[in-house]
Amino acid sequence: MSLTIEVPGASAGAPPPRGTGHAIVTRGLTKRFRGGQVAVDSLDLAVPAGSVFGFLGPNGSGKTTTIRMLLGLVRPTSGGCEVLGEPMPEGLAGALPRVGALVEGPAFYPYLSGEANLRRIDAADPTSDRRTAAHRIAAALDRVGLTAAAGKRYRAYSLGMRQRLAIASALLVPRELLILDEPTNGLDPQGTREMRGLVREIAEAGTTVFVSSHLLAEVEQMCTHVGVMRTGRLVAQGPIAELRSGGEPRIRIETPDPAAAARVLGALGLTGVREGDGEVSADLGAEAPERVNAELVARGVAVRGLAVQRPSLEDVFVGLTGEGFDVEA
Amino acid sequence: MSRLDTPAQTRPETPPTETQPTETHPTETRPTETQPTEAETVANGAPERAAPARRGTAGGTLRLLGSELGLTFRRPRNIAMLAVLAAVPVIIGVVLRVVSDDGAEGGAGSIITAVAGNGMMLTFAALFVLVPLLLPVAVAVVAGDSVAGEAGMGTLRYLLAAPAGRTRLLAVKYANAVVFGLAATALVAASALITGFLLFPVGPITLLSGSTIPLAEGLVRVLVAVGYVAAGMAALAALALLLSTLTEISIGAIAATLVLVVVTQVLGAIPQLAPVEPYLLPSWWLGFDGALRAPMALDDMGQGLLVFAAYAVVCGSAAWARFTTKDITA
Repeated sequence: MSLTIEVPGASAGAPPPRGTGHAIVTRGLTKRFRGGQVAVDSLDLAVPAGSVFGFLGPNGSGKTTTIRMLLGLVRPTSGGCEVLGEPMPEGLAGALPRVGALVEGPAFYPYLSGEANLRRIDAADPTSDRRTAAHRIAAALDRVGLTAAAGKRYRAYSLGMRQRLAIASALLVPRELLILDEPTNGLDPQGTREMRGLVREIAEAGTTVFVSSHLLAEVEQMCTHVGVMRTGRLVAQGPIAELRSGGEPRIRIETPDPAAAARVLGALGLTGVREGDGEVSADLGAEAPERVNAELVARGVAVRGLAVQRPSLEDVFVGLTGEGFDVEA
Repeated sequence: MSRLDTPAQTRPETPPTETQPTETHPTETRPTETQPTEAETVANGAPERAAPARRGTAGGTLRLLGSELGLTFRRPRNIAMLAVLAAVPVIIGVVLRVVSDDGAEGGAGSIITAVAGNGMMLTFAALFVLVPLLLPVAVAVVAGDSVAGEAGMGTLRYLLAAPAGRTRLLAVKYANAVVFGLAATALVAASALITGFLLFPVGPITLLSGSTIPLAEGLVRVLVAVGYVAAGMAALAALALLLSTLTEISIGAIAATLVLVVVTQVLGAIPQLAPVEPYLLPSWWLGFDGALRAPMALDDMGQGLLVFAAYAVVCGSAAWARFTTKDITA
């Protein structure tokens, strides 16, 4: 959860080695729209290079506005951000050719084929090499499994195919950073699984992946790091394992005599003791569960079951955001 | 989606079929292909890409303009508009031919009757008919759609994230609209020339001033008129481009441009508003008939070109100021 900001300075040309430096850093990033509505509020984000960073939050919590600011589409009201060491939006021309992006769903020319659409996007990138374009486009289409539909008009594509085409356009050149805004929206379970595989594969090749989602399970399966948004504010960020262990483990004892068991737990110095119907629970702290059990048995309390429960990631997040994540807010 | 082919491994010419060896030998292909992928991306990928980033931006901009022109001239809507524009001179020519065969020559305007005497004059007649409205419609559709249409489709955010560059994209959009206006004007002239040559006698041309010039010089004057009209359309394109940066609904930008075209022409026709007339863009569009005088009315046409340039600069700057600071939320 610690936030260390070390920006790779002049080494803009080469990707920073994995595990050092940050692909994205924001400082006090704030966006207030004209109506006075604050979409993003003093965001301090640090996305380590080489990580798969899950940007988690309910719909409307400011994820897409943040992504738009990272891509230089929206100008921050105050604060700033750096992408691959370049300040945005000033250093846009240097940073964005190294960034592949999927923003708020796919958008292409309906009257062009998938292949022609990619050619169009490739032409817009001033650093891409036109001589290798046909080759790179074919490879990108193949990678997302759209080769067979390459010549078909975008209009005739299904939602899943459109999503794949957007991913293909993000993979036209080797990227150092991939920003994916809700990449599994509209995908069936099979497509979702394929998307996860693709993200993993891209991350293994050394690319940092920044993926936004409102689905906790998805982030849990794909990501190494996570940042949690709530109404425009970042309420937590860090390695996913660290967040998961952030919650205190509790010990739960099934017993026919909860009152006696509660007394024993209290005598052991455990806090947060709660008596239920045929069970007792308490914060375990640093106490070893086997010692608790031995103590209970020694004091003549019958133990029918004993379990140490770590809070699920969902419990942690619900605690942080005050709501569940599959809730359409 | 799970295939691991990298650019180096894919055969570019033969698109792979559905049954690839990847599916049959997953354990065999995975390790051998993953390794080079990682090595390439980390070791070679970035430095290779850094080199073209510094040079060849002019070539890249030309490529984007080429892509833009390809979109514009292959789009069925635009082709249909060009077809209509090309058909108008043919229709005028046929009608005039029928009318002059009937011997009812009196009553028509001076240019119209001149066509019956010389096919080349059909070019000017066609321009007189098309320049006040139909040609501006075509230009307004292309230029008004240019930014707003991309914003409406959502493709604007992907172009800018590519990154196309806001100033660069706007310049390319404007250049595209100017080329379209020039092409539309030239198409009208070409269609009129061919129709005129086929249906009417061709020879030395009697100008509006009464003097006569040889056919070759007449062709030069057609080129001058086409250039002048295209410049007027370029000024209109700048106005439409400005309106296009103000909205995400392209039909709104197109309609607003056309309303301005019509309203200013109505205002220009009101005698009491004569002092305002020289400041209105459409007032200068018909100045191309200066090419039909002897000598050519270069003063008037020069003044028209200055007005066009002023409109292009003012509207272009405003469009730039707007587009480079705008939040792209579409």
